[in-house]
Amino acid sequence: MRSVNRMIAGLGIGAMTMGAVTVPALAQDETIKIGVLHSLSGTMAISETTLKDTMLFLIDEQNKKGGVLGKQLEAVVVDPASDWPLFAEKARELIAVNDVVAVFGGWTSSSRKAVLPVFEELNSILFYPVQYEGEESQRNVFYTGAAPNQQAIPAVDYLMENEGVERWVLAGTDYVYPQTTNKILDQYLKDKGVAAEDIMINYTPFGHSDWQTIVTDIRNFGSAGKKTAVVSTINGDANVPFYKELANQGIKAEDIPVVAFSVGEEELAGFDTTPLVGHLAAWNYFQSVDTPENAAFIEAWQTFMGNPDKVTNDPMEAHVIGFNLWVQAVEKAGSTDTDAVLDAIIGLETPNLSGGVATMLPNHHITKPVLIGEIQADGQFEVVSESDLVPGDAWSDFLPESKLIEADWTAPISCGNYNTETKSCGGSIAVAAQ
Amino acid sequence: MLTQALFRALDKKAIWLVAILIAVAILVPASNLLLPNGHPLRLPNYAVPLFGKYLTFAMLALALDLVWGYCGILSLGHGAFFAIGGYGMGMYLMRQIGDRGVYANPVLPDFMVFLNWKELPWYWHGFDNFWFAMLMVMLVPALLAFVFGFLAFRSRVTGVYLSIITQAMTYALLLAFFRNDMGFGGNNGLTDFKEILGAPISADTTRAALFAASAIALALAVLVCSMVVNSKLGKVMVAVRDAESRARFLGYRVEYVKLFAFVVSAIIAGIAGALYVPQVGIINPGEFEPANSIEVVIWTAVGGRGTIIGPIIGAIMVNVGKSYFTGAFPEFWLFALGALFVITTLFLPKGIVGLIGQYRTLTTKREQHDRSAPSPADVEAGADPQPKAAE
Amino acid sequence: MTFSRLLATLTVLLGTLLAPAYAQTADAELTQLVDALAPGSFKDREAAIAALVATGDTRVVPLLQTLAEGDLYASEADGKVVFITGSGATLGLVDPVTLAELGEAPKADLEKVKVNNSLRRVIRTAIGQLTLLSDDPRIRRSAAQSILHDADPANLELLEGSIAAETDPQIRQIMETARAVIILQTDATLEDKQAALPLVAAIGGRDALTLLTGALTNSPDELKPSIQASIDGLARDRAVWDAAQNVWYGISLGSVLLLAAIGLAITFGVMGVINMAHGEMVMLGAYTTYMVQETIRQSAPQLFDYSLAIALPLAFLVTALIGIAIERGVIRWLYGRALETLLATWGISLILQQSVRSIFGPTNRQVGNPSWMTGSFELGGLSITWSRLWIVVFAMVVFIALLLVLKRTALGLQMRAVTQNRRMASAMGIRTPFVDAMTFGLGSGVAGLAGVALSQIDNVSPNLGQGYIIDSFMVVVFGGVGNLWGTLVGALTLGIANKFLEPYAGAVLGKILILVLIILFIQRRPRGLFALKGRSVEA
Repeated sequence: MRSVNRMIAGLGIGAMTMGAVTVPALAQDETIKIGVLHSLSGTMAISETTLKDTMLFLIDEQNKKGGVLGKQLEAVVVDPASDWPLFAEKARELIAVNDVVAVFGGWTSSSRKAVLPVFEELNSILFYPVQYEGEESQRNVFYTGAAPNQQAIPAVDYLMENEGVERWVLAGTDYVYPQTTNKILDQYLKDKGVAAEDIMINYTPFGHSDWQTIVTDIRNFGSAGKKTAVVSTINGDANVPFYKELANQGIKAEDIPVVAFSVGEEELAGFDTTPLVGHLAAWNYFQSVDTPENAAFIEAWQTFMGNPDKVTNDPMEAHVIGFNLWVQAVEKAGSTDTDAVLDAIIGLETPNLSGGVATMLPNHHITKPVLIGEIQADGQFEVVSESDLVPGDAWSDFLPESKLIEADWTAPISCGNYNTETKSCGGSIAVAAQ
Repeated sequence: MLTQALFRALDKKAIWLVAILIAVAILVPASNLLLPNGHPLRLPNYAVPLFGKYLTFAMLALALDLVWGYCGILSLGHGAFFAIGGYGMGMYLMRQIGDRGVYANPVLPDFMVFLNWKELPWYWHGFDNFWFAMLMVMLVPALLAFVFGFLAFRSRVTGVYLSIITQAMTYALLLAFFRNDMGFGGNNGLTDFKEILGAPISADTTRAALFAASAIALALAVLVCSMVVNSKLGKVMVAVRDAESRARFLGYRVEYVKLFAFVVSAIIAGIAGALYVPQVGIINPGEFEPANSIEVVIWTAVGGRGTIIGPIIGAIMVNVGKSYFTGAFPEFWLFALGALFVITTLFLPKGIVGLIGQYRTLTTKREQHDRSAPSPADVEAGADPQPKAAE
Repeated sequence: MTFSRLLATLTVLLGTLLAPAYAQTADAELTQLVDALAPGSFKDREAAIAALVATGDTRVVPLLQTLAEGDLYASEADGKVVFITGSGATLGLVDPVTLAELGEAPKADLEKVKVNNSLRRVIRTAIGQLTLLSDDPRIRRSAAQSILHDADPANLELLEGSIAAETDPQIRQIMETARAVIILQTDATLEDKQAALPLVAAIGGRDALTLLTGALTNSPDELKPSIQASIDGLARDRAVWDAAQNVWYGISLGSVLLLAAIGLAITFGVMGVINMAHGEMVMLGAYTTYMVQETIRQSAPQLFDYSLAIALPLAFLVTALIGIAIERGVIRWLYGRALETLLATWGISLILQQSVRSIFGPTNRQVGNPSWMTGSFELGGLSITWSRLWIVVFAMVVFIALLLVLKRTALGLQMRAVTQNRRMASAMGIRTPFVDAMTFGLGSGVAGLAGVALSQIDNVSPNLGQGYIIDSFMVVVFGGVGNLWGTLVGALTLGIANKFLEPYAGAVLGKILILVLIILFIQRRPRGLFALKGRSVEA
């Protein structure tokens, strides 16, 4: 390694890359390394920076308890800068150069998609903490965020039953997660007998900031004499101007409630929520959830950050669960070896901060309760509905193509896309195994 | 005539550059593949695609330099040609997946299946053939550059106006490719590639071959560019850069000269994009981001525009720096990068290559240097300094 | 909004002044009904509210009001429902029926009686019913409005009674409209419905359309043509107003673009610096607003409504000084090398972004709307939000002020002289370095002002500037570099075009089309909308 270093330094191109390689390599025997792959700059830094801090917090806590397998944990933090190819490069660097045994990271689906081949090739483990569109189950990835059936569908059910909603606006940012979620919801609503003209689907570009027309459209759509609700898959940055416009145009939650899947405590910290009281969000965790685990977590987290106002949110909980499951799996397997951990982790349980138990399912998703919360004036959510534990479904039952597919990473199936009709593993893995 | 041009192109510097690139194309894969694991001279696996990526960036910077450094057209949208080339390759690689996608659909890529598309859009046809795809990788950027350039240069859009509309072009493409309805996989883009020309894409040999291909493609690009700039046409290009109106009054069809440079440059950028995609494993609309195109301009400037080697050095250096800093100082690397740009422009107006030149001027006669490497900075500084002339 | 605030302030009055007008229920009975609010699901709570309303007891009104605001608690031990006073870990308890003090309890022993949207709706109607006969006309008016809003046929009898008793003609009209709305929903006689129709149509606008469309289905066939005619008439009005609304939205978007671009029109348009750090100046202006508001929140909350007025000069100063520092430190070395300014300012923008991220964190910061910028008002069929209106006004003021500075002041004259011919200006004795610094400072300061305005409608995050930089360049180039009027016309044109395209093409495609149109337009007019004429053009 050293002489390669010298050689490339001699060539004068790679000297700096290698610098990063050798320094941590010295400490290799004493610690177990965990990769943290969250954007600290660029457009996604706004959401992902907190998750990096969460991982540092969790690792710190675990080290206080004596680490794992008698070794201390060490976080290796890199900045993929909201740049998707850079995610792939950094993932490769973490695994191949820094020898991390597992990576916690990603936010957007694009970032996950970008790193998937890397994890598959180098056989490492990724914990992905954000709700996503589903339609995926990969051997090396654990999805600790919600699948559509753990967020979108229960939210729609709630609105139908409790608010008597008959007309639906599906508003989203024009990218894959909203498109897929809306496709699933569209089918689900139609199955429930909602007429096509009672569903309006609207897409906006990333970072859309002028919501005047769309909010007016929503108001017009909502004035057809039927109870109307908005299901929002609007992404991150665009939410603040959207809610500001809603508030200014005087759309109240009692008249047209908006239920969002990407608006959490962090996003609400950006504005005054008084005019938005009653609008909803569907998550699997809220900071306001009243459980002893949650209270302890919030306190420890705020102490760690040195900020008593620091909020917590759903993807953070996902990391907590993912990390705890990983620790358990490593201890059960007695090693950090990828294959051993992959085998050991399935079926392990850890308490959700929001109640109930998170079980790692054979499809690499977990069980979660679905919570519907209403926005309060203090920027927190109040839970108005809480479901039993819902197992995450990798392949939606409401899309014709994925109805028949199941994921099961335990023997004898061991496949992320098992076709229940032909009783065969439909995708690449089958070919590779033959 | 071609041999003549080739001969002329191979001046001393270009020969060295091509020779080095060919040596790299042989030595790097050899070191990775032939030397046993743990050998001190063995290049680790992860480094091969990483260095390959740098080479494709270098090629993109070279393409930009051809229009900017030599022809005075500052394109803030060159990332678009690169990305289109990348999508061309991505479409081929998607089609190669065949029925190994998660839904086992033999024709449709996965993202189309789950969005319930029934048949392949017309523009996806033919991309299962590698050579057709490679043709498109060159043809589509060329066509876009031709149409765009024809309109712009004919109506004499110059300077910042041109820069801004190239930016508008890449921004519009960014938004378009984000749309799922476009049929390019939306923001997730194209990924999960399996094999290229029958070779598994993540195999070490494939990686090494792709690296070698990138190095050779870069060498060819260097050859083409030095052929162009050393030809008579190249001299006219420099004339257009330095005094467009004067060149026009002398009877040159300035718009055709520019159009030629623009199209050649777009093709080189497209090829670079096509080589980039299999090495990073993903292509998505992020490549169209205007910021990416601006970064290319910066690589070129850092290295030294108006030279063949400058953009190559600039692209590799800045990206090596970026790779290193994002790992070593994840919270502070933007400061370093920002400072690099400011310092380069303030103290190295001719880039790193210019620095070497400056060093040489200290030792040799100044006029000699001036004649051998005229750069726009010289010319502009010499001309009436009119800030409004934001070319 | 005003409705709930009004009620909040008047609930206290209700208990004392109006009590005799209502039936009184025995305390014990009422307490039992009140305690029924705590347990069970939202559906159970709805039934409990109905039972409470059925008593007609006036003490129910403040109780429901408190419930709707989420301030009603129940003891975890015995399920007794209480009002609370104070805040912190220990709270004072008050009996909701007798208003007697019940001592204190730790917050942990209390559980909030939860409400959701549908309960809030039920409560709104319930309060309307209970206060429809109030002595205070203001309370009656809002009660009538909430009855109108919900139009529940169950309230018909109540309405009939209160219409007969009503003395205020305006309130009576609201009540009659409410009755008309209800009648259209029920199986009333044809004559009644015919009489109701014009009243409902007179509500006008979207609301009337909604009601009539709903009524169309369950009306007798004889009535359908006249309902349809009313609907058509209203829809025609709507179409006209919608077009006007689009124009307004376009102007509003245009003024946002104008604000974002106008600083750039100075630094880029006039000085020729390709200022990629312009967006960061806007961002710094927004962060200045945040700092001002934070200070005010902590030390002088009563000044909050003036926060923007305080932030404006500060934001101008801060960004102007930073601008001058950038000009003196970096840009002055680059005159005559315009393209190089692109690289340097890009570097500066990265540094500024990351600095803000390091200092303030990557997440959004809360910048509030002062009260005079919240809400909206109706102008004919137009719904205009105050924040947008003020931003339009502000953009125009900034534009005119800038125009005056450039055209009417000595500094403006020097600026124009220096940018048109630096050497000549210098020869005439103008201190060009000073003028350069001032011009760049002015452009940056104006960007800071834009930041104050944009903080009202957009995220205040380190990425704020990035979202506007491309649009700003488009506007300046489209309008014609070096011409403020061009920037104005360019911004408004793009804004209005965007808003007219959006309904047809969708927001995404609309934006793409605008970009394509800009590209094509520049082919037609390679120097923008308002091309500068003269020798300096062909340099």
